[in-house]
Amino acid sequence: MATVEERAESGGSGVSDEMLRGFFREMLLIRRFEEKVEERFRAGELPGFLHVAIGQEATATGVCAALAREDVIASTHRAHGHAIAKGTPVDRIMAELYGKKEGCSGGFGGSMHLYDVEVGLLGANAVVAGGIPGIVGSALAFQLKGEQRVAVAFFGDGATNAGTFHESLNLGQLWKVPAVFVLENNGWAESTPTVQHSPLPVDELGKRALAYGMKLIEVDGQDVELVYLAALASREHALSGKGPVLLHLRTNRLTGHYVGDPQVYRDKEELKRERETRDPIELLRARLELSDEELAAVDSEVTAEVEAAVEFAKAGTDPDPEDALKWVYA
Amino acid sequence: MPEVTYREAVRDALTRALREDEGVFLMGEDIAEMGGSMAVTQGLLHEFGPKRIRNTPISEMAIVGTAIGAAMQGMRPIVEIMYEDFLTLSMEQLVNQAAKHRTMSGGQLKVPLTIRTQGGAGWSPGAQHAQQLEAWFVHVPGLKVVFASTPEDVRGLLWTAIHDDNPVVFFEHRTLYPVKGEVPEELEPIPLGKARIHREGTDVTVVATGRLVHESLKAAEEAEKDGISVEVVDPRTLLPLDEGAIVASVRKTTRCVTAHEAVTRAGFGAELAAIVQHGAFDWLDAPIERVGARFTPLPFAPVMEQWVVPHAADVLDAVRRTVARA
Repeated sequence: MATVEERAESGGSGVSDEMLRGFFREMLLIRRFEEKVEERFRAGELPGFLHVAIGQEATATGVCAALAREDVIASTHRAHGHAIAKGTPVDRIMAELYGKKEGCSGGFGGSMHLYDVEVGLLGANAVVAGGIPGIVGSALAFQLKGEQRVAVAFFGDGATNAGTFHESLNLGQLWKVPAVFVLENNGWAESTPTVQHSPLPVDELGKRALAYGMKLIEVDGQDVELVYLAALASREHALSGKGPVLLHLRTNRLTGHYVGDPQVYRDKEELKRERETRDPIELLRARLELSDEELAAVDSEVTAEVEAAVEFAKAGTDPDPEDALKWVYA
Repeated sequence: MPEVTYREAVRDALTRALREDEGVFLMGEDIAEMGGSMAVTQGLLHEFGPKRIRNTPISEMAIVGTAIGAAMQGMRPIVEIMYEDFLTLSMEQLVNQAAKHRTMSGGQLKVPLTIRTQGGAGWSPGAQHAQQLEAWFVHVPGLKVVFASTPEDVRGLLWTAIHDDNPVVFFEHRTLYPVKGEVPEELEPIPLGKARIHREGTDVTVVATGRLVHESLKAAEEAEKDGISVEVVDPRTLLPLDEGAIVASVRKTTRCVTAHEAVTRAGFGAELAAIVQHGAFDWLDAPIERVGARFTPLPFAPVMEQWVVPHAADVLDAVRRTVARA
């Protein structure tokens, strides 16, 4: 029997249609959530600023589906999808974006600092690569306590140039902690393309793992089935005591860096082509051969869920100004 | 009461904490076989083994960040940063992560982490092995900052820092490691936020930290020969700060000198001066004097180093200036 890893590398098999339909629903939920927050942000309802992950739904869904509830993740500034996929209810994320007490961080965090410790979300991080060392530490704690749990860090290609990334991979592999480092490589560090930020070609960034003697697993990040299988294999490897995995997922940011980004730096034709050929939701829809009726049924369900989240958030409670000082110290 | 060195006192607190709680472990550069560059952790590897006494690569960001992650999972990691100058390498993790997780998560997370480090001049290390950076960390909500000056204090405070549920930056002073002092047979935890009055006096209060506590006590003895009665107060923890004890002392003496080895400008003495002028304005008989290092990276040549950092004579001069005003 082929190992999960071999199945992932050979193009995937053994994921039931039922499971794929579940992935489809979640990815569409993330998409509709992101579109809704863009809309509400443009309407001036959401404070701060936002980064949406339109185009990157398969990485969040596929990876988190392979994790156990007690596994933990650290996310990035582009966090909504990770939080949804790890199990934070959309209404609590939406309430956070509205700055309400009912938010998953109680209104203290905002879009870039989503936390939900109960489901293993140890924080979205607004410092690129800032969450990676903490994941090594969580994994070290699991190792020391003899717990069968993994810790997972999400980050983008831009983060692979940061010292924290390299120091963390080095230390994580040295101590063989049960961690998975998920590189969501969308080819852009904000507005800077990989060719301007890395001496390696964009598709070869995963090679950085090899410098640390670390297991590298690479699959197309727009294929949720492959992502899921690769994440399962990564988790298995991380728990085997052989050290972490760098899971390199090539993905596409089908939108700007932040909501409102005019993307003057981006080739419009190229973006159009990516939208037509690399949308993970469209790819999965084709794979599942969903009819228009089936699609419409799922869509109305998740759209209603998102609408309800907006209502929940708007009806939420504003924190008292003095609450600001509540959590400075434990 | 037994007499131990400051170094032994630190080691004693570490040993007891390691014995008492399986969740306590140490991480740092050269802390295992070598026993630390200041020999503080000597012997710990032998008793507790390599899982709990962990040598690390020279990777301050990853060392501190990894400790943060372990702390979030309920461990009580103790990190040794070899020289406080190297804390600068871990600032992102300390300031953006350790200090903020609790607030950013709306109270879901705790980071019970202790960062031990040391620094200080007096042995010509040059500019990158002797800075006194404690004031930087007092500016960061979410961190606690300790600077202990005696064996008894360093032991009792370190114990408390290790068991505190917040990230604590714990400063030791290199030149104090061989200093001996009496400590109680049983370790007595010392609460954070409680000052120690080392010497009572009636004319001037000197609020001093670290090595300058000892220099201030010397200055106080000299001043006494001139009939000036000096009270020496060591806050011991800079954050939280025992404002009440400091203000009460100055209200009694009506004069105040602040003293630390760090550069004077924007040093901790500036914060002390602000607190004292506000809390004891109507009592003050002289402007508050600040004693600290001159504003330069620390030069190498002993004659320059000696001139740049403050000593007992500088404290004594400051004391005399405050008395001369009245």
